[in-house]
Amino acid sequence: MNSVNKSTEIHPDERRIILKYADNADFDISIDCYKKHGGYEVMKKAYASSTPEQLCQEVMDSEIRGRGGAGFPAGMKWKFLDRKSGKPIYLICNADESEPGTFKDRQIIHKDPHQLIEGMMITAFAINAAQAFIYIREEMPLGAQILNEAIEEARKENLVGDNIQGSGFSCDLIVHRGAAAYICGEETGLIESIEGKRAYPRIKPPYFPAALGLYMCPTIVNNVETLCNVKHIVEMGGKEYASIGTPGNTGTRIWCLSGHVRNPGYYELENGKFTYGDLIYKFGGGLREGRALQALIPGGSSAKVWRAGERFAGKLRGGESFDWGIEDVPLDFDGPMAAGSMSGSGAVIVVDDSVDIVEVLANINAFYAHESCGQCTPCREGSLWMKKITTRMANGGAREEDADLLASIGEQIAGRTVCAHGEACAWPTQSFVAKFRDKFIDKAKEDPEKAKSREFRLI
Amino acid sequence: MAFDLSQETLSYIDGIIPKYPQKRSAIMMILHAIQKEKGLLSLEAQEWVAEKLEIQPIQVREVVTFYPFYREKPIGKRHIRVCRTLSCALNGGYKICDSFKKQFDTELDEVSPDGRVTVEFAECLASCGTAPVAMVDDVLYENLTDEQVAEICEQIKKDTPASSNPGSES
Ligand SMILES: Cc1cc2nc3c(=O)[nH]c(=O)nc-3n(C[C@H](O)[C@H](O)[C@H](O)COP(=O)(O)O)c2cc1C
Ligand code: SF4
Ligand code: FES
Repeated sequence: MNSVNKSTEIHPDERRIILKYADNADFDISIDCYKKHGGYEVMKKAYASSTPEQLCQEVMDSEIRGRGGAGFPAGMKWKFLDRKSGKPIYLICNADESEPGTFKDRQIIHKDPHQLIEGMMITAFAINAAQAFIYIREEMPLGAQILNEAIEEARKENLVGDNIQGSGFSCDLIVHRGAAAYICGEETGLIESIEGKRAYPRIKPPYFPAALGLYMCPTIVNNVETLCNVKHIVEMGGKEYASIGTPGNTGTRIWCLSGHVRNPGYYELENGKFTYGDLIYKFGGGLREGRALQALIPGGSSAKVWRAGERFAGKLRGGESFDWGIEDVPLDFDGPMAAGSMSGSGAVIVVDDSVDIVEVLANINAFYAHESCGQCTPCREGSLWMKKITTRMANGGAREEDADLLASIGEQIAGRTVCAHGEACAWPTQSFVAKFRDKFIDKAKEDPEKAKSREFRLI
Repeated sequence: MAFDLSQETLSYIDGIIPKYPQKRSAIMMILHAIQKEKGLLSLEAQEWVAEKLEIQPIQVREVVTFYPFYREKPIGKRHIRVCRTLSCALNGGYKICDSFKKQFDTELDEVSPDGRVTVEFAECLASCGTAPVAMVDDVLYENLTDEQVAEICEQIKKDTPASSNPGSES
């Protein structure tokens, strides 16, 4: 049987719901093992005794927000689904997992594939889907194979396919593989890709997938982690689920910690009960010997960066005022937003003082320039210019005016593009230059020869 | 030149098309299967796919040229993809890439002189917690060090014969 390395240490303060069994040495990916741990019971019960409306209501009551990046309430998304069009409805699981820093869906797919299938088949029933898809990135060939085998196991037990469990409801589930393009993670690009075309995102409005999605039919796209949560919401009831975490930030989240930290890894934590400081120091073991924090990227590389020592003050939605250092920002959806950034895909990247911050941005810019689909001029050209300028700066060609030039390019992208890749590529440049302006300006004073011959490179 | 595929790939393709509500949707899975068998996607292959799916050849080509994983040119026998993106780079990803190149005396995106490998950079492989990482064909290697790279390359050299006519594939 296919297997991947398991994490042997689980921090006692984690609250594992989605990853409850994933890292247990005696838990494997077979359907028998999953069933031994209560697998598919929730789905069978839902099919036998719940109506789709009841299931949608549970998800609404749970207040769960999407785990893929935007944090949009899943219950609301499902409510927007056009059920009266007379066209078939489709369900798509977004397993493209490509925002730099993110590696949580990988854990679920490789270690507990049946949980995802159960979550998807409950969702399919709730939204009356005619067919369901898992869009998995090409770089997870083992994941695709594991899912295909798991689906076949589930099909044999009549959990996928025709007249599921005698309910009269039929829904097939297939695995579709990407081909190494990040933009397929954007839901409308993903839909074009399943249609067999280039992954050019569609403009919203009017192309909200819930109304005009796959083949211009109503479509629900949710992230892997979101869909797994559906199983637990239906199992415990939406209201009970909403008591986990904090109001508006319900449930757990799998945080992905990487970069310059002693214990990088994934940590499933109750939302709002910890801070970014807890994640870095308590769970992540802090920075490496003799190193200090330079910057923190709180939610995937497109999230606006925080500079070490920075403080955030203001009023929360409830009216109470806050005054936080980076370490105090609550680890949930609203905390990083109040601090001017976002939790995005839950990917936290730690940058210590051993590297040049201009090079860090150059590395990020190279990613977004490579991944722009090319439809919109500001994103296509702007991402490339930002990459070229920061790469030149890193390689000994920095000029004092580059900081302003970069800021001006960034400003001309966000808000002027078809999809949010425009923001994703502009935010890093805008925030790095604003927060580390002194370093970007000082870069011009660097000895070009020294810069060119540097041994450790990020670009 | 007539384009033909193994019976196995053909039956896979015939099986995958009806799984989709519309034929054209099967294109990516078909291209994956053909590239796996042939190593690349020739124009003949693309025309064959167009006919199979009842679409225009250009509709196949625009897909082939959009997605970085599809290729129209050959690569070495083994495909090495080293993650270039931030979390890996912070942990020495660029050096790891240099080690792979050195082991096969090759440059990025080229077929190595012995024909064994092509080393490429990949963007974030969704395994940032075990950075730096690289893939050799379908297998992911995590927490890489120079020593491990040397071992992996040693194994590749053992398992994969050099091309009898070095350089002819590039
Ligand atoms: C450029 C870009 C890349 C994205 N990449 C991903 C991704 O890899 N995985 C994902 O689940 N969502 C990704 N998203 C978000 C999706 O568009 C979509 O909002 C999400 O899949 C919805 O699922 P959720 O509501 O469950 O989060 C991306 C968005 C953008 C703009
Ligand atoms: S913003 Fe960028 S990625 Fe999005 S559609 Fe426009 S060019 Fe493509
Ligand atoms: S940055 Fe290398 S796997 Fe994510």
